[in-house]
Amino acid sequence: MGTLTTRFSTIQDPDEKHKFLLNMGPQHPCTHGVLRIVLEMDGEYAMGIDPILGYGHRMHEKMAECRQWSGFYPNTGRIDYGGAIPYNHGYCALIERMAGIEVPERAEYIRVITVELNRIASHFLGVGAYVIDLGAFTPILYMFDDREDILDALEDITGSRLTYCHHRVGGVSKDIDDLFIKRTRAIIKNIRSRFDMYDRLVTGNIIFQKRTKDVGIIPVEMARRYGATGPVLRGSGLGFDIRKNEPYSVYPEFDFDIPTGENGDAFDRYMVRMLELEQSLRIIEQALDKLPDGPVMAKVKRVKLQPGDCSFSVEAARGMLTYYLVGDGSNVPYKLKIRVPSYSNLSLLEELCKGSLIADLVSAMGSLDLIIPEIDR
Amino acid sequence: MDFIVDIIAKYSLVRILISFSLLIAIIMLNAIVMGYLERKICARIQRRWGPMEVGVQGWMQMFLDGVKLLAKQLIVPREANPFLFRMAPLLCFTPVAMAFAVIPFSESFYAMDLNIGLIYLLAMGSLNVFAILIAGWSSNNKYSLFGALRSVAQNVAYEIPILLSLLAVVLVTTSFNFKEIVAYQSGLLSFWMCQPVAFIIFLVAGCAETNRVPFDLPEAESELTAGYFTEYGGFSFGLFAIAEYGNLFIMSSVATTVFLGGWNGPFGLDFYSGPILGVFWFLLKVFILMLIMIWVRWTYPRVRFDQLMNLSWKYLIPFSLVNLLITAFIVKII
Amino acid sequence: MSHYFSEIFTGGKSLLVGLGVTFKALTSPVVTVQYPREKIDISPNMRGHIDLIKDSESKNGLHRCISCGLCARNCPCSCIVVKGEKQEGVKGKVLKIFTLEFSKCSLCGLCVESCPTSAIDFSDEYELAAFSREAFNFDLLKRVQQGDTK
Repeated sequence: MGTLTTRFSTIQDPDEKHKFLLNMGPQHPCTHGVLRIVLEMDGEYAMGIDPILGYGHRMHEKMAECRQWSGFYPNTGRIDYGGAIPYNHGYCALIERMAGIEVPERAEYIRVITVELNRIASHFLGVGAYVIDLGAFTPILYMFDDREDILDALEDITGSRLTYCHHRVGGVSKDIDDLFIKRTRAIIKNIRSRFDMYDRLVTGNIIFQKRTKDVGIIPVEMARRYGATGPVLRGSGLGFDIRKNEPYSVYPEFDFDIPTGENGDAFDRYMVRMLELEQSLRIIEQALDKLPDGPVMAKVKRVKLQPGDCSFSVEAARGMLTYYLVGDGSNVPYKLKIRVPSYSNLSLLEELCKGSLIADLVSAMGSLDLIIPEIDR
Repeated sequence: MDFIVDIIAKYSLVRILISFSLLIAIIMLNAIVMGYLERKICARIQRRWGPMEVGVQGWMQMFLDGVKLLAKQLIVPREANPFLFRMAPLLCFTPVAMAFAVIPFSESFYAMDLNIGLIYLLAMGSLNVFAILIAGWSSNNKYSLFGALRSVAQNVAYEIPILLSLLAVVLVTTSFNFKEIVAYQSGLLSFWMCQPVAFIIFLVAGCAETNRVPFDLPEAESELTAGYFTEYGGFSFGLFAIAEYGNLFIMSSVATTVFLGGWNGPFGLDFYSGPILGVFWFLLKVFILMLIMIWVRWTYPRVRFDQLMNLSWKYLIPFSLVNLLITAFIVKII
Repeated sequence: MSHYFSEIFTGGKSLLVGLGVTFKALTSPVVTVQYPREKIDISPNMRGHIDLIKDSESKNGLHRCISCGLCARNCPCSCIVVKGEKQEGVKGKVLKIFTLEFSKCSLCGLCVESCPTSAIDFSDEYELAAFSREAFNFDLLKRVQQGDTK
């Protein structure tokens, strides 16, 4: 037996001898990587749920304390490989806030464009994987078709496809050109034209609706209690979005809505993600229209982290991401705390799925759109 | 030549041996063709190429996969019941082979002509569930057991609409014999036209009976990893896959014989028919049905277990009962 | 009761509509390529491993590196080793060792940005696979001497 113990290591109560333990993961198709869940099952009903973390632990926060702040920067994209650019953005913005660096406006616009493109790619990944959890294999490949266009465009300006290190403290490393703008406009048009197809294939499908409606209902009160953010919170009906509530970068200059759900069930969370695609497209369109000329990189002198602390929050694809940094006057952060959205969203799982069917557990967990290495860090 | 024909006519054992080896060859070939078609169509639906490397358009891929499965070691889990664990794939395969014996490929091309062919075939089709239960139980794996239990409940629930929908046809033909059912449809009339409800119910229930998506709960990949055959590898896994495609073939051939007019050519034109062309028409209809099932599989998500039961008890069974009543009423009047 | 029938109708319709979507995809062209035989053109901006740029107009006639070691110092993964030597009659240092331990590299591009003489750039190689870790210890100086760089 491993060294990890769970609350349900054995079933003690003699009255409950008909119950048994089911070990889901760390290699299980529905846990998307390395989440392990120990379930206390009563027939097909999961009566107790105990998520066990740590299979993807890479000590990111400790690594931040061991090297210069600039050396930790490539790590930030690796925390959430599904939507890496918001993580890059948050870290750069944190250092800029701490050192008081002014970023050129063009660079801020480019940042917003890349972040929103990445958010679309991430939502495609999340929704596609969710539909796979429900048993339909085809939609994810159509979504990857669209996602691939975005990745190609991003590769053109950032140089990589998954863990971009494009944003820099003081700006971005590479300017965008007319080709990219043309390409992005084509992508926007293409994705808009595909929404109808997704509606017909997935959203409208009676089996999909039956599997997601009234499954895994999160009341607003419960979501707030656990600190859930992102589409999970918005699906419950609370329109909390850092881009609106605590505006950063140039987001106040754009006109976009925060889609919210009504019932807080899995279907609402799915719908919030699909509607956010359209909002992200709107932001990108406006940013491309308004894109100012000018430099993309401020003149940055050697940055020393001042004694004191500083935090910065951004809206990552899965919710609120906060970096909290304590400096001691050297180049090396004294402490860097990363608040990731998936961690709070996973904490919901136990209360959410207690007493539900194993199929509903899979459906509810998929709708949280978890990236496990982000939770482990 | 006469000598051989004489022997075959004289000794029924020889006849049985020949027809069974032919049947098993057909089952294997069916699995290979269907496996290839499934991979290829799934790929094209998902806008991929599918197997392309071995042979033109990868047509040899399934043969090589079969060779690979044969070459693999058969692993029996330590805690499993070794005897039952090894028996289950064979038990799964045997009823399929036996059911193939009564499938009428054409007027004169069949292994056995039974008076109660339809009932025999359905009985063999439902034996499959024992093998699944044994496989799931003997693996000593909780996921396998889940799959096995789900399979039993599912088969019990869906046997009823299948029988009720077929009964509506049998009420008209007054025979369980395949030959007579097909002979009834030799003209313009096929039963899918005058029994559309029964036909749809049979297709849906047949999909569930053969554990295909959207009703593939016994092997629900994202929930139970692979369901009842989680612990199986090598050719014991291969036998399960072959039996699955065999069951699909059986269900489609029942639908073809009972609803689509079996080996009769379309529109009741006589010059289409004949012993060889009959086989062609029969296989064409069967494969169209199977392709539809593949198409369905790569489109829909999986239903939940209680929804699966709801579908059977709340929708299919009432509808098939009403359909049966109406049919009985009409038959009585005419 | 009307809900019961309307659900059958709308549900059945949605299922047929879904089949229509996949059928349309079945008849439309394939979007993937058979990778090892066909390749998609990669973006010229792709970040592969780093390479010394071959520059025949530079002082030593081969590359522009002045062995300052900024790239090695800026590297978060410490995967670059640069060593230069003083030589008689030559101003500045002469590059002797320039290696990249690619298995550690995180492809962040900080080295390229920090280079004062723009002596290094990303290569466009992406088909990197080998059986041993040592195969990824690239000797960039040797590569530029042999003319393997772009």
